[in-house]
Amino acid sequence: MVSEKDVAHIAELADIGIEKEELAEFTGRFNEILDYFDILDQVEQETRGGTDLVNIFRDDIVEDSLPGDEVLANTREKEDGFFRAPRVM
Amino acid sequence: METLTFTRDDRYNAFITMLDKAETGPGKLSGIGIAIKDNISTRGIQTTCASRILEGYLPPYDAHVVTLVKKAGAGIVGKTNMDEFGMGTTTENSAFGPTKNPADTSRVPGGSSGGSAAAIASGMVRMALGTDTGGSIRCPAAFCGIVGHKPTYGRVSRYGLVAYANSLEQIGPMARTVSDISLLMEVLAGHDPRDSTSVNCPYAHIPDPDVRGLKIGVPEEYFGEGVDPRVASVVWDGISLLERKGADIITCRMPSMAYALAAYYVTCTSEASSNLARFDGVRYGPPADTRQTWHESFQERRRDGFGTEVKRRIMLGTFALSSGYYGKYYAKAQAARQRVRNDFLRLFREVDVIAGPTMPTVAFRIGEKTDPLSMYLSDILTVPANLAGIPAISVPCGTSEGLPVGLQIMGPHFRDERVIDVAYAFEQGVSR
Repeated sequence: MVSEKDVAHIAELADIGIEKEELAEFTGRFNEILDYFDILDQVEQETRGGTDLVNIFRDDIVEDSLPGDEVLANTREKEDGFFRAPRVM
Repeated sequence: METLTFTRDDRYNAFITMLDKAETGPGKLSGIGIAIKDNISTRGIQTTCASRILEGYLPPYDAHVVTLVKKAGAGIVGKTNMDEFGMGTTTENSAFGPTKNPADTSRVPGGSSGGSAAAIASGMVRMALGTDTGGSIRCPAAFCGIVGHKPTYGRVSRYGLVAYANSLEQIGPMARTVSDISLLMEVLAGHDPRDSTSVNCPYAHIPDPDVRGLKIGVPEEYFGEGVDPRVASVVWDGISLLERKGADIITCRMPSMAYALAAYYVTCTSEASSNLARFDGVRYGPPADTRQTWHESFQERRRDGFGTEVKRRIMLGTFALSSGYYGKYYAKAQAARQRVRNDFLRLFREVDVIAGPTMPTVAFRIGEKTDPLSMYLSDILTVPANLAGIPAISVPCGTSEGLPVGLQIMGPHFRDERVIDVAYAFEQGVSR
């Protein structure tokens, strides 16, 4: 069981910004779904996850990229060819 | 270049964006109008994933599949409605309102590629592109009475698809007939160096309706608890038709089905929690407030921009991956996923294809599914193919309560041709 406090913490970690009034509803649904996920406890771990496939990487050769003005076309906040972002600290 | 004429009467709300004109050129798809699901990037054409957080976004490049259909001469008619970021089974989770099922407008078209399915079923377009993460092509195909194919993972490039759950999703064809599915597969399949999971396996095939001697596996679990007996009966009739045409029916078991749905939802929400972190208002979408701190701005954009189901899945995934729970959820889900894959590999040593219903019920009423878990449970018959990465097609096989029912055919990896052949055999058998 997760509590409303747990759900608020998860929302904070995920930067999802849910409202206080929504917490009870989210928590109830969350617990119903997590209860269902408990069926995975019956899966024995000995089965190895993943596949035998390997990643395919291209050679590390510089290629043309999209023009800067096109990349910046979808934002209002830009300066000297860069995105302007909120301050981190 | 020629300009296509097409109906702009979108009475089922199938489209988020409809273009003024569609230009067609020479090629395999010459003269054909095609609709593109709105999570597939189209250069200069708004691409929203049915989310407010991408309202107004104009991609600076085309997805590989869009380049391919344009090169083949198809005319892009518009961008179709969907559940936000592909998260849903009804196309009700759209910031642009629900799509209605042309077979019965009080019903959902299925999802998440519901707009693409409704556009075809209503005759607005001949074909469309959808995406299938856990059934999102096959479910709406079944509910609307059209054909939809989820290709083998890696067969069609995902470059330019707005990612939701990378290890599960594939772009695929939707159409009214199996021949058109096959035609569109010819255009879509093949290697693309810009998708590191892309496999060099082109599709050049003409559907062959001969099923004599073909072994069709029918897992008991596909007719078990939760499957509406009326739907099951329509699908059994369909399988019997293939038997009369010379196929052998072999009943079998898929014990991993017990874990498949949980494994799917843990995996897709985990991947979503990472993928959707890019929606922060900095590069696209409603702009970040640069006077606020990063977290304040980020939380505000996402609170206003994402719908409830998207928030729920991001939070579920964040939780499943968090320290202390990773072993209980994500690691176990991957072990369960391997079991599903092993079950299919074992069955495909004995049978050529596996058949069953696409969906456990007919299309729901609009507004009927209010709790998320019961919505998730309706994906039980489609998610196994995504977990294993195998090809799976849904072909119309009759009606129950007057609503379309889909027959699902699954095959071994890279045997898309085989499932398309069986669907074609069925389609030809019905029309005779």
